Amino acid sequence: MKSESVTQAKKQPDMIEPLFDLILSALILATALAAVTGRQVFRSVIFFIVYGVLIAMAWLRLGALDVALVEAAIGAGLTGVLLLGALGRLKHLGQISATSLSIWFRVAMAFSAAGVSLGISWAFITLPEPVGLQAAVNTQLTIAGVENPVTAVLLNFRAWDTLLESVVLLVALIGVWSLAQNEDWGMRAGLTTHSPSDEVLTSFAQILPPVGLLVGVYLVWAGSSQPGGAFQGGTVLAAMALLIVMAGLMAPPRVGSTAVRLIVVLGPAVFLAVALTGALSGQFLTLPPAMAKALILGIELFLMLSIAATLMLLVLGPPESKAKQ
Amino acid sequence: MIGLNNILIFDLLTYGLTSLGLLFFLAGTVGIQRFPNTHSRLHALTKADNLGLGLIVLGLIFQADGWVTVAKLILIWILALLAAGISSQLVARVALPDAVRLKGNEIRERHPSKKTTRHD
Amino acid sequence: MTTWLMGISVALLLCLGAALWRVWRGPTDADRLMAAQLVGTGAVGVTLPLAAVTDWGALDMALVLVLLAGFVAVVFVKYVRFRASNNQGDNR
Repeated sequence: MKSESVTQAKKQPDMIEPLFDLILSALILATALAAVTGRQVFRSVIFFIVYGVLIAMAWLRLGALDVALVEAAIGAGLTGVLLLGALGRLKHLGQISATSLSIWFRVAMAFSAAGVSLGISWAFITLPEPVGLQAAVNTQLTIAGVENPVTAVLLNFRAWDTLLESVVLLVALIGVWSLAQNEDWGMRAGLTTHSPSDEVLTSFAQILPPVGLLVGVYLVWAGSSQPGGAFQGGTVLAAMALLIVMAGLMAPPRVGSTAVRLIVVLGPAVFLAVALTGALSGQFLTLPPAMAKALILGIELFLMLSIAATLMLLVLGPPESKAKQ
Repeated sequence: MIGLNNILIFDLLTYGLTSLGLLFFLAGTVGIQRFPNTHSRLHALTKADNLGLGLIVLGLIFQADGWVTVAKLILIWILALLAAGISSQLVARVALPDAVRLKGNEIRERHPSKKTTRHD
Repeated sequence: MTTWLMGISVALLLCLGAALWRVWRGPTDADRLMAAQLVGTGAVGVTLPLAAVTDWGALDMALVLVLLAGFVAVVFVKYVRFRASNNQGDNR
């Protein structure tokens, strides 16, 4: 088809890129405003989902592809599912009503939000450009074991933060589970709905998950040398698992089953184990450069499984055998 | 500008296909605003927009920097078609009772003289 | 070429903005949901020329977007609109 890419003479796209960014920013502001205006809850949820998609594009324009991947998967995907599921639950219970805060409270909120935005904008414009740590990271990249600087920071230089975050996710899941009624503890996650089987949904849940599985694993694997990583891949896998459960092809997992709990704990546990073995041979949570890549990929693989399981269970919610009256 | 080729025929194809794709996208956008009821708007969305996306994908294939990129582009389009097909089916069935209920009011509001016609 | 492709992205972004009007207007929830679908497809349409111009790695983001594109519709029909009967509109 074509051989090598030839660099064209530099045509300066003067106005077009700022124009794009301007329109995107205006859309983001408009969507945010629309999401908090009006009394229709469903409409606000949809605007929030659109907001997530637009923010993902903003991350892309800022050059943060790793964050854009996460925003696309979570902000535009899982958060939407979570909110719509919550909306459905509330409708089922008959508890939908737009909030009735006083107008002065809302005006005060609007003003303080605008004030914070203006303050941050002023700070951004007037403060000098920060030097950042990019140069320092790049010089140390060779001993990090991976070529993607984001993964190097997350899984090696600042692995402490990532370890804590994975534990935080686990704690959040336990918090959600503790919302279950006593008699429901240990039962299948989520609201048990007796929905009739739909052939369209069934075929969708049979075709998409294999592709999603491939893409999810690819994102984790490629995360060592290009944007990607455990969180991005895990989120995609969680979404696929959710699809299978929602289509009725698989029952939601039992909250009390050992296998479920094992998968959920496995990621942080492996991470912790690697950290502790590092302590035996030197410092806590140091990766020897020789084994760094293998260790990072191993940690990421188990993290991917745990994140996928945890996110799926978070979205499904606590076990509920019947709607509360 | 990494990866853009300088071959004239490829560039021409890209210009042509992407503008055609944009045209279909515009048609779909106009359709989603102007069509009188939910189900016809669903048609505009599913058919026009995805065809527009496919043409844009086709146009960008000629600017790709390798077979992996081409494969990704085609995969993206196929998945978009799958998602659009599924969601339009699901939403159409669920929207049926609402559309029947609203049909009279809505069409009367937009076209005062038009008789109601069923799109099937 | 770069300017042209960025121009395509800008035009698609404007189409995406126009879909927001449908989200606001409605009148049914299904309309709002399908406008959200259009935003998803439009976002992919915007991202692809951007990827061609800047970094082809952005295709991964478009891939993730398109994988999750159908989800919101699935949740909508399952949880937000409980269907009364199995055979509504089903002509199999």
